[in-house]
Amino acid sequence: MAETQLIVHEPFREAAQQREADALGMWVFLATEAMMFGGLFFALIVIRVIHPQGAQEATNELDMWLGGLNSALLLTSSLTTTLAVTAARNGARGFTIGCLLASAALGAAFLCVKGYEYYVDYTKGLIPAVGKPFPIETTGAELFINGYFVSTGLHAIHLFIGICLAIGLATVVWLRRVPLPGRSIVVEMTGRYWHFVDMVWIFLYPVLYLMDRGG
Amino acid sequence: MTSIAAEAAAEPSYLKAGYTLRSWLLTTDHKRIAVLYMISLTAFFFLGGAAAAAVRLNLITPEGAVLTADGYNKAFTIHGVIMVWFFLIPSIPATFGNFMIPLAIGARDLAFPKLNLASWYILILGAAFTIYALVAGGVDTGWTFYTPYSTMFSNTHVVAAIVGVFISGFSSIFTGLNFIVTIHKLRAPGMTWFRLPIFVWSHYATSLILVLATPVLAITLILIAAERLLGIGVFDPALGGDPLLFQHLFWFYSHPAVYIMILPAMGVITELVTTFSRRRVFGYSFVAFASLAIALLSFLVWGHHMFVSGQSMYAGMMFSILSFLVAVPSAIKVYNWTATLYKGQIALDTPMLYAMGFIGLFVVGGLTGLFLASLAIDVHVTDTYFVVAHFHYIMVGATVMGFLGALHYWWPKITGRMYPEWWGRISAAFVFFGFNLTFFPQFILGYLGMPRRYFSYPPEFQVLNVMSSAGASILAVAYLFPFCYLLWSLRYGKIAGPNPWGATGLEWTTSSPPPKHNFPEIPVVTQEAYAYPVAPDGGAHHGGATHHG
Repeated sequence: MAETQLIVHEPFREAAQQREADALGMWVFLATEAMMFGGLFFALIVIRVIHPQGAQEATNELDMWLGGLNSALLLTSSLTTTLAVTAARNGARGFTIGCLLASAALGAAFLCVKGYEYYVDYTKGLIPAVGKPFPIETTGAELFINGYFVSTGLHAIHLFIGICLAIGLATVVWLRRVPLPGRSIVVEMTGRYWHFVDMVWIFLYPVLYLMDRGG
Repeated sequence: MTSIAAEAAAEPSYLKAGYTLRSWLLTTDHKRIAVLYMISLTAFFFLGGAAAAAVRLNLITPEGAVLTADGYNKAFTIHGVIMVWFFLIPSIPATFGNFMIPLAIGARDLAFPKLNLASWYILILGAAFTIYALVAGGVDTGWTFYTPYSTMFSNTHVVAAIVGVFISGFSSIFTGLNFIVTIHKLRAPGMTWFRLPIFVWSHYATSLILVLATPVLAITLILIAAERLLGIGVFDPALGGDPLLFQHLFWFYSHPAVYIMILPAMGVITELVTTFSRRRVFGYSFVAFASLAIALLSFLVWGHHMFVSGQSMYAGMMFSILSFLVAVPSAIKVYNWTATLYKGQIALDTPMLYAMGFIGLFVVGGLTGLFLASLAIDVHVTDTYFVVAHFHYIMVGATVMGFLGALHYWWPKITGRMYPEWWGRISAAFVFFGFNLTFFPQFILGYLGMPRRYFSYPPEFQVLNVMSSAGASILAVAYLFPFCYLLWSLRYGKIAGPNPWGATGLEWTTSSPPPKHNFPEIPVVTQEAYAYPVAPDGGAHHGGATHHG
């Protein structure tokens, strides 16, 4: 199995060229994702600067420990994803499938915790338009909380897509539709997307939960 | 030589690779996808044009000639939305970039052919949502969707239109991504970065903007939809939001978007000027880097749309200075085109007429842009017809001229047929004349104080408005000319050889129309992009044997 048979298809001339193109394509795609979340981060930071008091009171409403638990879940899923990529490169099908499913399970656990957290937010009246009226009067607090919902919601959608990709990939690897290690690039690129979704959370967590906490 | 020609003859042209509808709708050939884009964009162009005709018709009389006030608002919104997102943004990249980039760099296709086809379907899906919004009752927000009007007050189909634009954004992103990877990884052996045609450079710069700016538009539209559908207040002050935030996010995309429209046209003009003056581009690397400079600066000037929005005076001053800086790379290009003409053997074929028209209109549009970048003047002319005239000189005057120039220049390559030259020249002249008659009066109207987007106006503005509407009707006819004679030429046009213009560039070394895999074998590049003079049979050495039959 040490002889890695990489599969080349049109319009590429050689395996290395195809690999580099796939990798570059994924990086460019992730750059677009970074710009999309970048718009949100920009807005959140601006709110923090313009309305420090309101943003701080809003931050105090968010549960740092639930967010922290979620950070731990996602970071662990990045580990299993990395293992899946290494296993795929070595052609270890079973281990690849196991690791992908573990990542998907950790991602699903994250979504469950997030869902519980949204429920807690609902009981506090933080969710716009439904439930109790918004509890904080200070200017900027509501805007900040709305930013929190949009950014964590968008992140959750991305994670959901990632979970679907991981399960789908595990299935096609199992069915040998994606032969390993010949098409290990597919696992690698899915992994790269997964890590990106993690990275977004690694930035979201401090910006939403930790900055200016207390007081 | 004969063996290569025989091999080229062995593979049929991309047009003959299959005749079923399925062979077109499921193709992954970049050339066929480009043709699909060309057909659909032409339809969108005439749809947007019809809305413009309604607007101009209405403005013939001061109290509004044909439309209700509501209908008028919807007409200019349709015009803006369709023209910006479904014609101008994809226009040159998705058709000519798609067709020519692999040919120009000596590749068999774009890096991700399936993604390329998906881009087209995504655009069509986006257009379907938008057209649904128009048919179901229209949208009256203007193409800018300014909040809080668009989120809280407009009782029209804003969400459907926004979803359409949001979806079409992914088409842009995937096209840009495909171009970037293709230009990086699929260049033929010997095709170094500084042997790339300027057309490819300008598309590289465009693609950078496409992939970096479009996602910001996406998030902005998501936020609008979240506010309208879920009541998550982001922009509406009544829900705790900030309306100016929308303008920042929107223009962070939409100013670069203007350069998405103009940079590919600049690339086209460079090719036209060099081909029809038989001279290498003056200052190649300056022209190439000017594209990248424009792309970079485009991200730093959005605040010039917000001089009167209440942003801080210092922000206004910075944005003003940065906007002036854009004039530097733009002027480099204009001077270098002109210098390329110097001592050239100039041939005034139709594409060259469009190139000359482009330069003239772009200079007017660019210089009036400097007026608008000046804080004090901008306060006077904000939201007037002066602005409308300015951006039409760039987006229609320049970009559509570039599109039509590219269409005539590459028509023989795409279809294998020549267009009728006399008709081409006549309609180029009509476009130029009709355009100026339409939009020059609008500069005066705006300077005199006529606001944009108004259904009615004081009677003293009528003469200039009638002039503008008269120009628009000439322009409409001038756009219909090429539509008719190009269709005619598909059947009756003279058969074109591989290189009818005697141009450099790898696309002219393969047969017209090119075979499915572009080249019999991947070319090896040994010289710069514009190695003029070309010998009379130059470029015809690969596969010309299939023609003149």
